[in-house]
Amino acid sequence: MNALELKNLHKSFGKTQIIRGIDLAVTKGERVAIIGPNGAGKSTLFNLISGRFAPTSGEIWLGTHRIDGKQPFEINRLGLSRSFQITNIFPKLSVFENLRCAVLWSLGYKYTFFKFLADLDDANDLAEQYMERIRLGKKRDVLAMNLTYAEQRALEIGITIAGGAEVILLDEPTAGMSKSETLRFIQLIRQVTEGKTLLTVEHDMGVVFGLADKIAVVVYGEVIAFDTPEAVRSNPKVQEAYLGSAQAH
Amino acid sequence: MQSSATHFEFKPFNVARWVIWGLFAIILLLAPKAFSSNFSVSMLTQMGAVMIVCLSYNMLLGQGGMLSFGHAVYTGLGAYIAMHTLNAASNGVLPVPVSLIPLVGGIGGMFFAVLFGYVTTRKSGTTFAMITLGISELVFAMSLMFSGFFGGEAGISGNRVFGTPFLGITFGPPIQVYYLTAAYTFVCVALMYAFTRTPLGRILNAVRDNPERVEFIGYNTQHVRYIAFIIAGFFAGIAGGIGALNFEIVTAEVVGAARSGAYLLFTFLGGATFFFGPIIGAILLVLAFVLLSEFTKAWLLYLGLVFLFMVMFAPGGISSLIMMNLRLAAFGRLRHIWVAYIGLGLTALLGLAGVAAIVEMVYHLQLNAAMGPEVRFAGFTLNTELSHTWFGCLMLVVTGFGLFELARRQYLHDWGESQEFIEKEVKRREEAL
Repeated sequence: MNALELKNLHKSFGKTQIIRGIDLAVTKGERVAIIGPNGAGKSTLFNLISGRFAPTSGEIWLGTHRIDGKQPFEINRLGLSRSFQITNIFPKLSVFENLRCAVLWSLGYKYTFFKFLADLDDANDLAEQYMERIRLGKKRDVLAMNLTYAEQRALEIGITIAGGAEVILLDEPTAGMSKSETLRFIQLIRQVTEGKTLLTVEHDMGVVFGLADKIAVVVYGEVIAFDTPEAVRSNPKVQEAYLGSAQAH
Repeated sequence: MQSSATHFEFKPFNVARWVIWGLFAIILLLAPKAFSSNFSVSMLTQMGAVMIVCLSYNMLLGQGGMLSFGHAVYTGLGAYIAMHTLNAASNGVLPVPVSLIPLVGGIGGMFFAVLFGYVTTRKSGTTFAMITLGISELVFAMSLMFSGFFGGEAGISGNRVFGTPFLGITFGPPIQVYYLTAAYTFVCVALMYAFTRTPLGRILNAVRDNPERVEFIGYNTQHVRYIAFIIAGFFAGIAGGIGALNFEIVTAEVVGAARSGAYLLFTFLGGATFFFGPIIGAILLVLAFVLLSEFTKAWLLYLGLVFLFMVMFAPGGISSLIMMNLRLAAFGRLRHIWVAYIGLGLTALLGLAGVAAIVEMVYHLQLNAAMGPEVRFAGFTLNTELSHTWFGCLMLVVTGFGLFELARRQYLHDWGESQEFIEKEVKRREEAL
């Protein structure tokens, strides 16, 4: 059973083709890293899957639901959640409030305005749990805008997973972090996405080979390889197109 | 469950909150004892109504990040619906008691919020602001077209005293209308405060902060804005209904852009970042519109200046100034800075007196020159024909603001020191945890 499947996906902005026919099937529980040179279309791919943009043509299936062209909130309700490359949190809300907002829909509270938040034990407990899991328990009432960069990145992940989605998309979760922060952060991501289907865009090769079960290599809007890390590493096409140039850096 | 004990809102009996709401109720009850003339009671009634309007407006501006230029549309149309209902009731057509007229206004306001909000709340930011402005103009233009509903230039008037009195309450004397208003004000303020603590209220904050991200946690931001808009329209309409009862007349200016602008301005002045800010704003609005306009013809000019300086120097409004100083007081730093405040106050007063004197003289020359060259200002008689007077006033302005600048530097220095102290203290406490 595929958790996520892309069929002949295309996206153009004007005359520029960004995604040029991508087919990809991710099975449930798999961790997939998407790599590729800058401008290859990795972020666009995430934007298509998560509903930020509608694809020009092709299909996207989330389990048994066809989701291409749906609104982001509809896709989220079907069980797919994403994080952003540029930190995208609620700056004037506290850490706890950020997470509580993120759990509300999945617990069925919707647009309720005849219940007090303080009385929603399930939402409060769940938000507390996620706060501990992303290790921000001590920053509970700190406004998100006053957190350090690494803490904000952790909160970004927290908001993404708190809704309980089964398919998680992380867009460069370690962008802008130091080497040691990155290593710790990867541990955290591993823990909090346990048992979920994970897609991540990543630049750091060490991270990619450590975290992923499978790697998809995207070059010029096409997937040129989709296989285990070992197989991808020894794939001559990949070496030529991507790894070779990356190692030269 | 250890975690539930740490919920900072989970307090079985929050003493401070009971005290604050108790005080609010007592003030509402006793205010007409302190200001008992019919004129001041009518003013208090207006304050109650405007409090509801400004708080409902802040649901959009402060809590939802929606800058509406047409909030008076919902108070105004609510007032018209209330007035027509009042007339129908006094003619015996509808069996609606006077005490429920504000609620009818609320339903009216809500109805139009459902109607217009569907269009406005599709977009946020500048587009939202522009559409509200458009609708405001549209409704005002309609008031000239449909004189049956809006009553043309004379407006629609009515009589709130009819039928048999209930427990001796006729709603004839202003004091009875005041207490009806006070009851509505207390309930509405409490309900709007409660709203800020509900799931929708919190998601509305999230929509204000970062609408894009809200879409990725399962919420349709258009729905969030729309529902909040309808609720705000409801409360605005209640205030409109109160206004209709208080004045017994509704004219087209209640839906006008000037009225909408006043709500925006005073909500901002009171402070949009704290719940209680608009309450302060509402009190100031009524004081400015009723009292300041009596004192001087130049009141709109002063209002504009105040607004200008507020936006530049204290964008959080009066409530944020209060909260910032309360924080200082909580850390025991207020005694390090009060001297600077006195300095600021005195020098500003000096400069402003000069400015006001000049403004008053200019207004006098423009409007009342036929009544002689002399103006009474703050207990002094100023002669507009003598160059001394002008020069003296100018000197006052220059000296006042010169000294103000010095005081301001000292104040900023003191303020910075205190903030540094507080930051260190916070860090120390954090580490002690």
